[in-house]
Amino acid sequence: MIATIETYLTIGLGHYLTVSVILFCLGLLGIMTRRNILVVYMSLELMLNAANLALIAFSRFNQNLDGQIMVMMVVTVAAAEVAVGLALIVSLARHKLPIWIDNLNKLKY
Amino acid sequence: MWEKLLNYWSQSAPLLPEAIAFYILATIAILFGFLVVANPFSRAPINSGLSLLCTILSLAGMAILLRAYFLAAILVIIYGGAVVVLFLFVLMLSRKDFKIVFAPTRIRFAIGMIITILFAMIIVPIAIQIPVSTAVSDSVPIEGTVSAIGTLLLTKYIIPFEAISILLLSAIIGVVYLSKPETKGKSK
Repeated sequence: MIATIETYLTIGLGHYLTVSVILFCLGLLGIMTRRNILVVYMSLELMLNAANLALIAFSRFNQNLDGQIMVMMVVTVAAAEVAVGLALIVSLARHKLPIWIDNLNKLKY
Repeated sequence: MWEKLLNYWSQSAPLLPEAIAFYILATIAILFGFLVVANPFSRAPINSGLSLLCTILSLAGMAILLRAYFLAAILVIIYGGAVVVLFLFVLMLSRKDFKIVFAPTRIRFAIGMIITILFAMIIVPIAIQIPVSTAVSDSVPIEGTVSAIGTLLLTKYIIPFEAISILLLSAIIGVVYLSKPETKGKSK
């Protein structure tokens, strides 16, 4: 019993990857099942952040900073993507179009 | 037996705060991550946005546990400060009084569940079977401080750095074009 305590107290790569995988699957579930396009975007951010956590954990447990640089690139691309996507949603709202993705299944109305 | 336990406790005591912090942060992250996609109490998008904020803050805490201090600050500032606030602003601008014309909800939900469960069956065993003994010793600590990240970013990764600045510039131009109010005469 005593020997098993240490395995719970030693936080290794597998713990972080498990959290990352669970968050990634939750984001995938959100993208697959939700209908509001804003919530779909939030689920996308959740998946990106899960990948960020995995990259930071790899960077830590390989004693290498390159993964953290990659996380900075991911954060920058995600910020740009969110800005463009939300501008599209604002443009939808300005044209009085709905934000439900079931209604947005055509390229041009 | 008590001596053994006490001896073990004194050995594992340095591990204890990190383990407690990790488990608390992981619980918060997964709980609020679940609330982002499937809040059982309300389907309002603003609850999803605030849950996303909590998830991101706990992920920043995990980044601190992983010695990525600069990235923790970046996550809080950019995600918590910019992205979530942008989401909430757009939420206030969007309308919700539309009738849904095409909503086979059950079928879509079932298909999404099946795809997600298949994906989880593939990827979760891979993450779980990684041995715990990969924990590192801090004899040569690699810390993601500002100077370390900045040095790496401006020497080895200078070309991706410049490329990402061009990406940001084009994104800014695109956003300004998209959110420009349409003039009636010029554009159709």
